Amino acid sequence: MRLPVYLGLLHKSEATLARSFRQVSEGHGHEPDVYFICQALAAQCDGHQQALAPVIERYGEVDKDDEPERLHADGLSEIRSGPVGLLRDLQDLYLLASLVDITWTMIKQAAQGLRDKDLLDVVTNCDGQTKTQLKWLQTRMKQAAPQALIVAE
Amino acid sequence: MVDRIAEIWGTRTPYARDERWPVRVDQVLAEGIHESDVERWVQSACVLCSNGCGIDIAVKDGSMVGVRGRAMDIVNHGRLGPKGLFASWQGVDNKDRLTRPLVRENGVLVESDWDTAMQRIVSRSKTLLENKGPLSHGFYTSGQLFLEEYYAQAIVGKAGIGTPHMDGNTRLCTATAATAMKESFGSDGQPGSYVDIDECDAMFLFGHNMAETQTVLWARVLDRITGPDKPRIVCVDPRLTDVARHAEVHLAVRPGTNLALMHGLVRELFTNGWIDQDYIDQHTMNMDELRTTVEPWTLDSVAETCGVDAEDVRRAAEIFGTSDRVLSTVLQGFYQSSQATASSCAVNNLHMLRGLIGRPGCGILQMNGQPTAQNNRECGADGDLSGFRNWENPEHVQELADLWNVDSVIIPHWSPPTHAMQIFRYVEQGSIEFLWISATNPAVSMPQLPRIRDILASSSLFLVVQDLYLTETARYADVVLPAAGWGEKTGTFTNVNRTVHLSEQAIDPPGEARSDLDTFLDYSRRMGFTRLDGTPLLDWKGPEDVFNAWKECTRGRPCDYTGITYDKLRGGSGVPWPCNEDHPDGVVRLYRDGVFATDPEYCETYGHDLLTGATIGPETYKAMKPAGRAIFKTAPYQPAHETPDEDYPFRFTTGRTVYHFHTRTKTARSPQLNHAAPDAWVEMSVNDAESHGLIEGDIVRVESRRGHITAPVRVSGIRDGSIFAPFHYGYWDEGTSGGAAPNTRYRAANELTITEWDPVSKQPVLKNAAVRVEKIADGVGQSLAPTTTASRPAERGGNRKHVLPTVGGPAAQAKETMAPVDPPMVATEEEHS
Repeated sequence: MRLPVYLGLLHKSEATLARSFRQVSEGHGHEPDVYFICQALAAQCDGHQQALAPVIERYGEVDKDDEPERLHADGLSEIRSGPVGLLRDLQDLYLLASLVDITWTMIKQAAQGLRDKDLLDVVTNCDGQTKTQLKWLQTRMKQAAPQALIVAE
Repeated sequence: MVDRIAEIWGTRTPYARDERWPVRVDQVLAEGIHESDVERWVQSACVLCSNGCGIDIAVKDGSMVGVRGRAMDIVNHGRLGPKGLFASWQGVDNKDRLTRPLVRENGVLVESDWDTAMQRIVSRSKTLLENKGPLSHGFYTSGQLFLEEYYAQAIVGKAGIGTPHMDGNTRLCTATAATAMKESFGSDGQPGSYVDIDECDAMFLFGHNMAETQTVLWARVLDRITGPDKPRIVCVDPRLTDVARHAEVHLAVRPGTNLALMHGLVRELFTNGWIDQDYIDQHTMNMDELRTTVEPWTLDSVAETCGVDAEDVRRAAEIFGTSDRVLSTVLQGFYQSSQATASSCAVNNLHMLRGLIGRPGCGILQMNGQPTAQNNRECGADGDLSGFRNWENPEHVQELADLWNVDSVIIPHWSPPTHAMQIFRYVEQGSIEFLWISATNPAVSMPQLPRIRDILASSSLFLVVQDLYLTETARYADVVLPAAGWGEKTGTFTNVNRTVHLSEQAIDPPGEARSDLDTFLDYSRRMGFTRLDGTPLLDWKGPEDVFNAWKECTRGRPCDYTGITYDKLRGGSGVPWPCNEDHPDGVVRLYRDGVFATDPEYCETYGHDLLTGATIGPETYKAMKPAGRAIFKTAPYQPAHETPDEDYPFRFTTGRTVYHFHTRTKTARSPQLNHAAPDAWVEMSVNDAESHGLIEGDIVRVESRRGHITAPVRVSGIRDGSIFAPFHYGYWDEGTSGGAAPNTRYRAANELTITEWDPVSKQPVLKNAAVRVEKIADGVGQSLAPTTTASRPAERGGNRKHVLPTVGGPAAQAKETMAPVDPPMVATEEEHS
C-alpha cells in the first residue's frame, strides 16, 4: 500500500505551509490583516498535522518515495517587501496551499476506497479549512493586485 | 422646566406592553427668546445619534434659535435628548465656523476663494488621473452627509473617476451592523422596528450602552421599565452602565470575549430545546455547522473565558429561550471588538433559532452611529454599491451603468470597494496621492493616532478636507472647503429602523460655506465628467432632483424609496422603507413572511467565511440554494489578538458617552454639553485603583505599545482589569499647538488603540488593546467625568472621595410638555391588517 507515501507528503506539506504562513505574517506585519490571519491559518495547519497523527499511527508514514521529486515545494526562502512583494508572497502561499489541498483530495479518494470513516472525517474537517485558506488568499490577492500592479511604486 | 443635563432622559411617562409610547414634547430656546419671538419652525430630524428624532428648528432673524421635538413622529413622539436639545443647532450656529475656502501657501493655510480652491483640486486631480489613473484617488467620507450628497458622491467616485477607494467613517461605526445583516439575511436592512420596544417581553442589549448613545430610545425603554409589565433586561457590557443598572442579568464580559459568550447562549438554546424547529426547517439553513461550532462552549467554559458567572449566563439564556417576544439591540461593544461580525451574526442566530423575526416585539436592531450613516450604506459612497447591489453580480453592476448611462467597465467591481483602513495604508505607501475627506475627523477617530498623523502629513499626499470647522484633520489639508451644516441645506436621511426624514433648510450657511452637494456637483462639472451621450454626468439643480434619481436607483431593491416624495415627508412623520406601490405607507418590520433577501439574483452579497473574510463567491453560493432562507453564519472563537500580559496588564476599551458626539466638533461648541464633560478621563475599578494606590482625580499615564495618554482617574463601576477612556477628546481646543496634534498632554483615546480590523466587516478594533497604568501626580480635585451615567463614581470601596454631581444649571433648562394628544400609531395600515 502506498498511502503512507501520500500521508508523508501531506504531513510535510502542512508543516511547510504552516512555516510559510508564519513567515509571511512576520514579514508583512505592516498589513495587519495579513499579519493576524496568516497566524490563524498557520495554527490551522498545526491542527491538521495533529489530526493526521492517529492516521499516520495506523497506516505509517513514508518520508522518501522511490518516485523522484521533480517539483520542489520547500516553502519561501525569504520574504519580499513592498506591494508587489506582498502579492508574490501570497501567491507562493497559494501554490503551497494548493499542493496541500490536492493532496487531501487524493487521500480522500484512498479513504473512500478503504471505507475508513475516521479518516474521511479528518479529511472533511481539514480540507474544508484548506479550501477556505485558498479562498482567503485569492480574496486578498484580488484586492491587492490592481493597486500593486498599476500605481504602487 | 427640567435640567436636561442632570436629567438626561427627562420625565418618565410610563406605559404598558402593547400600548403606544405617550407623547412628550421637549423644547429649548436660546436665552432671552420666547415662543412668540420665533418667526417660523422648520421641519427636520436630529442627526446626533442613530435615533433620528423628528425635530422642528426655531428660526429668528436668519438664525437658528432653538428646537422642539415633533409630537407626531413615530421615532421620538416629541422627545429630544441632551445632544439634540443643546448641540444640534448650537454646534452649527457658531463663531468658529469656516466661512471661506482655505489653501496652503508656503506651508500655511490662508483664506482664499472657491474658484482658486476648486481649481487647485481639479488641477491636481486631472494631472494624477492622466499620469497614474483612478487608483491614485481616494475618498474618505462621512456618516454625516445627507442621502442626496452621498448619492452624488457615489456617482462621482464610481462613474466619474472610477476608483474603488471610497469609504466612510461609517466603517468605524456601522459596518459590522450592515455586514451582519448581509451575511445572515442576504441584504442590509434592519428587520425590526423601535415599536418592538413597546411590544417586547425581554430586551437584550449586546455591547450597547443605549442610555448614553441613544438617549431618546432609552427613554422609551425606561418608560416601559417604569410601566406595569416591564420587559426583562439583559445587558452585555464590561461597564456598569445605566443599562446594566436596570438589567436583571448583567454580563460584564472581558473585552474581546463576546463570541465565546454568544456561543454559550446559542448552545444553551440547543441544549434546552428552546428552538423552533419548524421555523428553522422552513426558513433557515446551515444549522448543523452552528451546532458543531458552539458545542465546546459549556456554561463553565464561557464563565472562564469571559470572566462572568456561569449561573448568569444560564439565566440570560433562559430569558432568551423562554420569553415570547425578545428584542435585541447591538452596538459598538460588539462592532468594535474582536470577531465583530461573527458575534453580531450570533445575535441574528439566536433570533433565527427561535423564529423571533418579523413579529411584534421580536426585533433585531443592529444599530448605527447616526441616521445619516445608514444612507452612506444605501447610496454607496462607502464600500458598497448603490441600492444594496452586489459587486460580484455583473447584472447589478450593469443596472447601475444603465441608470448612470456610463460604460460598466468604469464602475470598479473586480473586488470589494477598498475599506477605510486600507485606503489609509495606500496613502501611507504613497500609491494614493489624492485624498478627499468630507465631514469626518480621522486625526482623532482612527485607531493608532501617531500613525494616522504621519499619514495625513505625508508629503506625497494632496489632502482635501471639507468640514464645518478647522478640525484636527483639516489642519493637515492642502485645501479646506467650508461646508454648510444641518439646518443650512435640504435633504433626507434614514434612521436605524429605516425611517426616512426630510430636513429642510432653515437658514443660510455662514459666509461662503456651501452644501456638500453643491461642492460635488461643482467638482463633477469642472472635471468634465460625462455620460455616454456626452451630457454632464451630474446635471442636477438641487437636492430634490437627486432624490428623484435615487428613487429610480432603489426600484425593486430592498431599500425601495419609489413611494416616497419630499411632499409626502412634509408635515407628518418620517416613513420607513420599503415604500412603493405595494407598501404605500412603508413597512414596519421586514421578513414578516419568513422570506429573506438571499436569492442569488437579489442578494447584496454571496457572503464570507467569518473567520478569515474570504469571499464565498457566486458558484458556491448558488450551489447552496438558499432560496430565500436566512443563513446561520458562525466562526470558532479566537482570543483577541492583543491580550494583557506582564508588561501591559490591563484591557483597554473606549466608548462614546452621553454628552458628546464623535470628536466633539459640534458638542464641544455647545456650552451646556461642554460644561457637563469638558475633559478626558480614564475609568478604573475600585479594586484596581486600590491596588495601584489611586484615588479619584489622581493623574495617570496610560500606555500601550503604540502611544500614551494622560488623564485624571475616575474610580467607577467598570469590571476589574479593564480601563475605559471616552472616545471624543482631541486637540483643537487644547491651546497653543495649533490643534492638529498634542502639544503638551495626549488625551485622545485612540493614541493607544491598535491598527486591526474585523476580517469581514473591516471595522477597526477600537475596544481592545493591552495597556499599563502609572500614576504621575496627585489629583488637585476630582476628574471631570460625568456622574450621571456609566462614569458615575463607584458606590463602594475604600479611598472614596466626594464628587460633585453633574448638573446643567439654568442654561440647561428645557420645557417638557406632556402633550394631550394621541401617540402616533405604528406607521402603516398594513401592520394592522
